[in-house]
Amino acid sequence: METLEQLKTRIVAAAPGAQVEIIPNGSPANQPSLLLDRDHARAVAQFLRDDSALAFDYASNATGVDWPEKIIKEKIKVKKTVDGVEKEVEEMCERKTPAYLEAVYHLYSMRLKHGPLIVRLRTENRTDRVSLPSLTPVWRSCEFQEREIFDLYGIVFEGHPDLRRILMWPEFTDFPMRKDYVEADDYEYEPTPHDDILAKAKKHFPAGAPV
Amino acid sequence: MIDEGLKSELRRQGIVATSMEELYNWGRKNSLWPLQFGLACCAIEMIATSMARFDIARFGAEVFRPSPRQADLMIVAGTVTKKMAPQIVRLYNQMPEPKYVIAMGVCAISGGPFKEGYNVLKGIDRYVPVDVHIPGCPPRPEALLQALMTLQEKIDRQHLTGEKRPRHLDPAAPSEFPIPKFGPHDLEPPNNPSLWQPPPMTRTE
Repeated sequence: METLEQLKTRIVAAAPGAQVEIIPNGSPANQPSLLLDRDHARAVAQFLRDDSALAFDYASNATGVDWPEKIIKEKIKVKKTVDGVEKEVEEMCERKTPAYLEAVYHLYSMRLKHGPLIVRLRTENRTDRVSLPSLTPVWRSCEFQEREIFDLYGIVFEGHPDLRRILMWPEFTDFPMRKDYVEADDYEYEPTPHDDILAKAKKHFPAGAPV
Repeated sequence: MIDEGLKSELRRQGIVATSMEELYNWGRKNSLWPLQFGLACCAIEMIATSMARFDIARFGAEVFRPSPRQADLMIVAGTVTKKMAPQIVRLYNQMPEPKYVIAMGVCAISGGPFKEGYNVLKGIDRYVPVDVHIPGCPPRPEALLQALMTLQEKIDRQHLTGEKRPRHLDPAAPSEFPIPKFGPHDLEPPNNPSLWQPPPMTRTE
């Protein structure tokens, strides 16, 4: 299979206007991925499936990731003149990462026996603009997995044939896999509570109070 | 009431002396038909128990019924998710009396490794009365047979009249229990307080 850079130029040629970004992966797995833009994702997916040299005919896995807004504190070196002498001074600077929800697809080619190609889609934010184009029309195997992402992360897949909750009941209103999910307070008792559960136990059974 | 020594002496001579209660309980305990359903990996052990090696038929409980109307025993084999719990209670309500429940495995008795998660019930005894709890993850078939024998002993000891008579002979005792409703965040109510209460505890620190 060609490299991601080559693939990127071919994708841009095949789907004019498509914005493709290569996301590096710093972990030991070192699996870089392609970030597609929402408007052209369907066309690019179609290309990845139908191109004879790529032939990604199998989407093995689709999953969600929640990226809340995060403040990263960094030290940067700034040149400053202190007492007439130019010096390099380290300064703390704060940077905000954008908040979004992400859908990640792992693509393989059964015919050419290569893969995985990792494709990401990102929503605009994680509160009200949370829709992504569904890739179920391209890979049928995404149907239940996109439903699961919708159920647990709340990403709305446009063009999905049957977007309903799949694991939780339809009356459920929360998204349990989001980082800011607040679980229902159904604490009963725990014989040996610790950590988060200990905090719950203290709330439900204040010290000295008989139950 | 016939003397136990006399009874065994008569039995040796080929004369069976018994009481209505003994006969009734003997019949009930040796034909416990389980409801055929499994929820998770414990169901595999339940299936193994019903096959030739462990042979639950030795205890008269091999007739797994696909309908709650024909079943006497509910073996809750596996994790009870919050989405499944109302259906379990509904099946229990549809079983005719006398009916018994075995909670099989740590998930069915307490939620097991999934306890304090957002989607798993902290034990089926929150909604239906459980007669025998079996720990284990999953319990071996021998443990299920042990539970069945424990239940048989329990049935054998029941008196048909008086204060401690079984529930199905007491018109005032409930045979159906409220089915929890799906709420926006959790099951409503999260447990049935008439069946289950947390153990009395006092925090000292």
